[in-house]
Amino acid sequence: MNENGNRAGAGDRGMGIALRGLNRLAGSTLLDRIGIRKPFERMVFTTTKSGFRSATAAARTFKAVQKLGKPARQRSGGARDLFDLTPDDEQQMFEEAVRDFAAEKVRPAAQEADADRAVPPGLLAQANELGINMLGVPAELEGVMEEQSAVAGVLVGEALAHGDMGIAYAALAPGAVATAVGRWGTADQESAYLPAFTGEDTPAAALAILEPRALFNPLELDTRARRDGGDWVIDGTKSLLARAKECELFVVAADAEGIGPSLFVLESGGDGLTIEDEPAMGLRPAATGRLLLDRARVPAGALMAEGEPGAYAECVQCSRLAWCALAVGTSQAVLDYVIPYVNERIAFGEPISNRQAVAFAVSDIGIESDAMRLLTYRAASRADQGRGFGHEAALARRLCAAKGMQIGSDGVQLLGGHGFVKEHPVERWYRDLRAAGVMEGALLV
Amino acid sequence: MINLETPKKFRPLIGQAHQVATEVLRPISRKYDSEEHTYPKELDMLAAVIEGVNEGGELGGAGAGGVRRDSEDGADEGNRNGSNLATVLSIMEMCWGDVGLTLTLPNQGLGNSAIVSVASEEQLERYGGRWAAMAITEPEAGSDSAAIRTTAELDGDEYVLNGEKIFVTSGDRADLIVVWASLDRSKGRAAIKSFIVERDNPGLKLDRLEHKLGIRASDTANFTLQDCRVPKEALLGDPEIDTKRGFGGVMQTFDNTRPLVGAMAVGVTRAALEETRGLLIEAGVEIDDAKPAFSQSAAAARFLEMEADYEAARLLTLQAAWMADNSKPNSLQASMAKAKAGRTCVDVTLGCVELCGSVGYGENDLLEKWARDAKILDLFEGTQQIQLLIVARQLLGKSSSELR
Repeated sequence: MNENGNRAGAGDRGMGIALRGLNRLAGSTLLDRIGIRKPFERMVFTTTKSGFRSATAAARTFKAVQKLGKPARQRSGGARDLFDLTPDDEQQMFEEAVRDFAAEKVRPAAQEADADRAVPPGLLAQANELGINMLGVPAELEGVMEEQSAVAGVLVGEALAHGDMGIAYAALAPGAVATAVGRWGTADQESAYLPAFTGEDTPAAALAILEPRALFNPLELDTRARRDGGDWVIDGTKSLLARAKECELFVVAADAEGIGPSLFVLESGGDGLTIEDEPAMGLRPAATGRLLLDRARVPAGALMAEGEPGAYAECVQCSRLAWCALAVGTSQAVLDYVIPYVNERIAFGEPISNRQAVAFAVSDIGIESDAMRLLTYRAASRADQGRGFGHEAALARRLCAAKGMQIGSDGVQLLGGHGFVKEHPVERWYRDLRAAGVMEGALLV
Repeated sequence: MINLETPKKFRPLIGQAHQVATEVLRPISRKYDSEEHTYPKELDMLAAVIEGVNEGGELGGAGAGGVRRDSEDGADEGNRNGSNLATVLSIMEMCWGDVGLTLTLPNQGLGNSAIVSVASEEQLERYGGRWAAMAITEPEAGSDSAAIRTTAELDGDEYVLNGEKIFVTSGDRADLIVVWASLDRSKGRAAIKSFIVERDNPGLKLDRLEHKLGIRASDTANFTLQDCRVPKEALLGDPEIDTKRGFGGVMQTFDNTRPLVGAMAVGVTRAALEETRGLLIEAGVEIDDAKPAFSQSAAAARFLEMEADYEAARLLTLQAAWMADNSKPNSLQASMAKAKAGRTCVDVTLGCVELCGSVGYGENDLLEKWARDAKILDLFEGTQQIQLLIVARQLLGKSSSELR
């Protein structure tokens, strides 16, 4: 984390986001206020300049547009003093745009996407147009944020997951790779890979840490990278990658010989890389799959952050926060859904919400989801300020894993048998929310 | 700009509170737990010190500062970290030291909070600076405070109070008792008013002091009010029975005190967690933030889970206080904080006793005491169930007659 001492003066405060990428979003809220939202929606949400591209696992040629002398980095936001739960203007603007998109485009598509194990054509491109995959790209490389903002990442994840967690995973997974490269990549890696993420045709990409075994611990990896001549040779299996078959780029965690757990950049299409389908109980729109690495050979330059252990630890923590954010958004979706249901559902002559057993379950969803949110915000905010946040991220993870699951279960319980059938989304949230305690890597804030 | 760290400006306050907790409260914590009903005379000096340190009542007990929102006229647009946040932060520290002793700090009673929150200037003049306890509960009216039977009848320039009050914290030690009574029992909650009664009023008879599970340093008194006469001016707030506003006046105090009880629970919880962490490390348990909980020992996993709940209670409490500082309606968040903090305190302190075995269970350590103290925090100022009821009504948009 790079603390930047030469922050500009007070006039610069809160201007963490370069206007380049956000003008259209500023327009969104503005247009909303003056009541010409519909024409604008058509412009932002349906103008997909590139159209939907059919998936291919053959990687494009990633080539540098510009050569960088040293890696470009987003700066840290620096310490803040007062306790505050209000996002800054830019974050709010971003969040609102994503929240609208989630309500109008994501939620209506969710059930079918879950059944099809695919996000409908065009939806990912539309999501991408909001800039969600560029949050971690340094401004010098056409990113939208001057400052590293885990808080923005959390707000976006939460807002998108309120629409659907599985679609959110599918949509945000490439951004995790962009953020990883933007934060820990070498100058060469940045100039080779980041331009693809700031354009319109963003590649599918996966941050692959999780491995298929019980009690997986990201700090003790089965995936190994050994040195061979000037190259690295990697063996292992990575689990539950979003849109695995489509991925053109991977950032893979492996235990590097003589270094320890580290991140490597791998392009798809190379020898020794195979994709295997891995459907799971939830996150189905993300079409999860495994990456099998069998003597996959990459050049020395594929190693990120020179294997610096702090970088990998930070990566693990930031991805846990991203999953917390998704759990918070989905938990809120449960709360928002069960409230009208229990108020309208009549049993024994009155709404079931007149019964304490029902009402208290709703209270607990409200209390714990709010708590999950606060723990996640605290850890993310500490990350942005350049403070240690491992402890806070661990607590957020613990709470979100435990309470997220409980909320998923209570959501179904409150609808009774109706919750068990696919007429209502709560059974999907039940399946998705379990992911918060299972997933490692894959997303980043 | 989202930031959930403790602001720098409160560090001196927290530091002072922590010192008081460490140097004054902890050393006498066990003593007054054992010697129930003995007045902790060490606290007199402390009360004087606290009054010298701050006039706002931020460093203190049950939030004698109350909440007078008189700064609203000058409300600037920006983010405020004010007395509500300061108060919960300092209470957390004090109760980390000892919650029973904090509850019986002179001049820091719940009655003081009521007086500061709703008293007129004249009443402030007359009653300010004295120790005031609060008498609400009756044998037949606990959580259902609208059902109280104590009556107040106007007779010339005086009200005449009759009834029975129980569970009055510091009732025997305080100078004043704020008594809830009904002006007209046929008019329901709107007729309930609070009256300031001098402790030496001959109509106020102490029946007994309770022997309790915990917070034994803090006395709990039961009274009978028999033709207890108080001047007309002793009524707090508006003497009219306004059936539209209903309970507003007296209940206002609770909106402000729920986060304070949350803060007490957070303080006790932290005390138990810190002690337990030390004992676990001595026992060779490693607690690693970076490792998934279940890749660690069961004790470490349980500890992390308890810490996560603690952090949840703490942040919910800070949120409620921060909202009050910024004049945002916080009734929902105040109850959420109280509910989460109350149950967390009980779960965690009892969990810590289990983890620490006979060390936790025995009186050589304070863990067993904290586990006993904890339970009251999930009861008073609205039980867990009452908080869940308030939260549910707000979330579901229900009235108290629909969701009972």
